[in-house]
Amino acid sequence: MAAETLAKLARLHAPISELDFSEEEIRRYSRHIVLPEVGGVGQKQINRASALVVGAGGLGSPVAFYLAAAGVGTIGIVDNDVVDTSNLQRQILHHTASIGRKKVESARETLLALNPNLDIVPYDVRLNSTNILAILKEYDVVVEGSDNFPTKFLVNDACVMTGTPVSMAGIFRFSGQILTVIPGQGPCYRCLIPQPPPPGAIPSCQEAGVLGAMAGAVGVIQATEVLKIILGKGELLSGRFLLFDALQMRFEPIEVKRNPECPVCSERPSITELIDYDLACEIPPSATSPSSR
Amino acid sequence: MADEALIDKELNLQGEVCPYTFVKSKLALEMMQPGQVLRVLVDNDESAANVPRSMQNEGHDIIGVTKLNEKNWQITVRKS
Repeated sequence: MAAETLAKLARLHAPISELDFSEEEIRRYSRHIVLPEVGGVGQKQINRASALVVGAGGLGSPVAFYLAAAGVGTIGIVDNDVVDTSNLQRQILHHTASIGRKKVESARETLLALNPNLDIVPYDVRLNSTNILAILKEYDVVVEGSDNFPTKFLVNDACVMTGTPVSMAGIFRFSGQILTVIPGQGPCYRCLIPQPPPPGAIPSCQEAGVLGAMAGAVGVIQATEVLKIILGKGELLSGRFLLFDALQMRFEPIEVKRNPECPVCSERPSITELIDYDLACEIPPSATSPSSR
Repeated sequence: MADEALIDKELNLQGEVCPYTFVKSKLALEMMQPGQVLRVLVDNDESAANVPRSMQNEGHDIIGVTKLNEKNWQITVRKS
């Protein structure tokens, strides 16, 4: 495993010396604490962890909701969009009264209403090769829930280069795909898809549609993966690409291996600097949604 | 009943109810060393039944469950 990844995981799993929960925290997290795999120590690990959620949309909403409910101490939310009426069918962080507001502000308000003990950090930006590393270095683990391939590849590459565990996912119509990337240990997103598809090759959710509840299910799986990374428990979707067909209600894990020729995570990568790919289509901020919102 | 001298930590949970009697007992045990003994005081029958059962499910040894008077119970458990 890459030294950077080991350092990140070591920080997450460092010993806990005190279980100084408040009465409110004992009650709030009691259903976690009684789990043998979590306990007070695991709950403290969750409380001191930080997670960056890329996208406050169809995936980012359930992810951020469950991470906040679980008590992940610092949650960064990246999104430069504003809430639109068409978002509300699946983006459950936002409400009708939030229409027109910045998604990061709407998300922050919702998450703090659920759990005021947390630090919710809004990033009202579109990630690019210039800003991503400065944001990423503040976080233990990342969730990719954006709506476009340029961001997915940028996040994958930045996480590989910095050794940051990341849950990647995509959604389309009734189906979703999830992969957990532990850099240096399992395959990365580029091991499966070396290059982004040509702009326009894949219709966006805006064009093709997406079942809101399916997006929620995929996001909840991503949140579960993040909590398992933080706890160091269970088996991750690392090396298993999980396909979810909500219409037939089937989950199919596909075994995937690291690509020895992977352009970013192989021994001799051909990509050593972050790339800003062109967006498949330019979408006005108020009318979001290609492949993952 | 465990000898007073063998008790490493005591937790007075009188006034507390399930599941928090177990949650707080579990938190106390987590910070103790294997083999150390925790004594928990509870004041309701439900906790007196549930706490030892849950502790046992977690693999700890229940040394004793003793009714002290009309409503108070003492649960003594050794951390596994």
